[in-house]
Amino acid sequence: MSVITTTNVDVYYGKFRAVTGVTLDINENEITALIGPSGCGKSTLLRSLNRMNDLVDGAYVTGSITFNGEDIYGPDVDAIEVRRRIGMVFQKPNPFPKSIYDNIAYGPRVIGMKPSNMDDLVEEALTRAALWDEVKDKLKQSAFGLSGGQQQRLCIARTISVKPDVILMDEPCSALDPIATMRIEDLMGELKKDYTIVIVTHNMQQAARVADRTAFFTALPDETTGNRTGVLVEYDTTAKIFEDPSDQRTEDYISGRFG
Amino acid sequence: MAGDKKNKKDKKDNKSKKKKNKQKKIRTLIVTKSVRGRAQGGDNSAKSIVFLGVLWLSLFLAFAFLVTLIVTTLLDGWTRLDGTLITEFPASRPERAGARPAILGSMMVIGFTALFTLPLGIAAGVHLEEFSDRNKWYNRIVELNVQNLAAVPSIVYGLLTLGALTAMGVDNKNIVAGGAMALSLLILPVVIIVTREALRSVPEEIRHGSLALGATPLQTLFRSTLPSAVPGIATGSILALSRALGEAAPLLILGGLVFVSFDPNGLLSGYTTLPIQIFNWTGRPQEEFHTLAAAASILLLGLLLAMNAVAIVIRNRYQKRW
Repeated sequence: MSVITTTNVDVYYGKFRAVTGVTLDINENEITALIGPSGCGKSTLLRSLNRMNDLVDGAYVTGSITFNGEDIYGPDVDAIEVRRRIGMVFQKPNPFPKSIYDNIAYGPRVIGMKPSNMDDLVEEALTRAALWDEVKDKLKQSAFGLSGGQQQRLCIARTISVKPDVILMDEPCSALDPIATMRIEDLMGELKKDYTIVIVTHNMQQAARVADRTAFFTALPDETTGNRTGVLVEYDTTAKIFEDPSDQRTEDYISGRFG
Repeated sequence: MAGDKKNKKDKKDNKSKKKKNKQKKIRTLIVTKSVRGRAQGGDNSAKSIVFLGVLWLSLFLAFAFLVTLIVTTLLDGWTRLDGTLITEFPASRPERAGARPAILGSMMVIGFTALFTLPLGIAAGVHLEEFSDRNKWYNRIVELNVQNLAAVPSIVYGLLTLGALTAMGVDNKNIVAGGAMALSLLILPVVIIVTREALRSVPEEIRHGSLALGATPLQTLFRSTLPSAVPGIATGSILALSRALGEAAPLLILGGLVFVSFDPNGLLSGYTTLPIQIFNWTGRPQEEFHTLAAAASILLLGLLLAMNAVAIVIRNRYQKRW
């Protein structure tokens, strides 16, 4: 069942069109990977899925993006509410300058959740992010004391704490070493039982390892202006994309012939 | 014979080598010690040593002036740095005179200045940095003006306040409210600028992290951005307030320099401040009053150093690593 559907989506930054004509369905409890060379608009598309692109001056979206059948760019829709339901993990771990505990409790507090026991909620989020055992004795210490990989798992726990339906991940492992990357990938496998995950990655092996479905993007130069615009080339199951792609460009990219 | 010569030559070579080595060692010592941790083992050419020498000289000069200032003031005033200075009112006989109303006046004026300036300045800084649209021409004009206002001489703010109070029909302008108003105007641009700088140094990722959790922009401001910027804002504001504490010119314009023999007791009360009191005493012919002025200067210096120390403590304590 599809949770997010984009239909003929273009994303612009002012006059610059970053990505065009994207139509894809993101299925529930699956990991969907967006791959492609730099500048192909995959991060831009990801950020428009929870309206984080609204924060960029001059950014706007045409076409439709629906979440559970509802247009998230509709006139009555509050971007804040969209972000509560569709969480995001960023490229660089970005814990708040607060204690580990307060990092997790931040989300539930701001959105007005009234958990009967905040301690339990914090423990649950940290456990689900596979971080509890490492931090349970230092919850009051600054989150900056954690390693990069731990910080990123903390950010995932923070995202989980507000119980979103979808988690968007923007190259979550690009700042991490292979061991930390492996732990995050294992974690994603666990999390997809309860969440729908969309991940942007530069690492094709990562997409092949974790994703159920993969969308391949590339950038095409405009004949008249020379600006490069991202397009969706092919979207299919990961096995199909990596073993038997139907588009030559996908095959060239997968096999390392360009990008 | 030939071997002997060779030996001698070797010795000589060795000697000059040693000398060279020693010179090199000294150079390396100077360079590495002085730029420790930054460019270790780096450049040790003659040029860089001259440059470093100039840097050291500048530091030495600045420091020497400060030390001279403090030492001479201390020497001049230490005999009168006693209880009388703090507890007594000004008097016509120098041995009985004190700076009590000036001390209280300074504290009161600075207190009200802080009360007026901090909310206004921080709010303005937050708006300019976090909410205003920088592409709009009017916001850019405001920005430019704030920058320029920070450089306006303090006496101009005294004149402005004088004009404003006259327009409001206030006859007695030597009141705490007037002084606090003039000093507030003086440091408001500075507070706005330090607020903006502090907010700008909070990484964008912190805001995005908060917004991505479904926090509203206001929640993000009050729970994330602003708390992260507090150390910077506090440090800058304290430094601005200590500048206001040392100001005399705008207060003189407002009719300071009166002989105050009572404690200030509110916004509409008459007052004097330490700089005005010092100015007053240095103008007297008797040598004893000059000693008294020096003693009051020490007091003022002590207050300023204490405020700056608080600023440094706040900065070190809450310094964030991103």
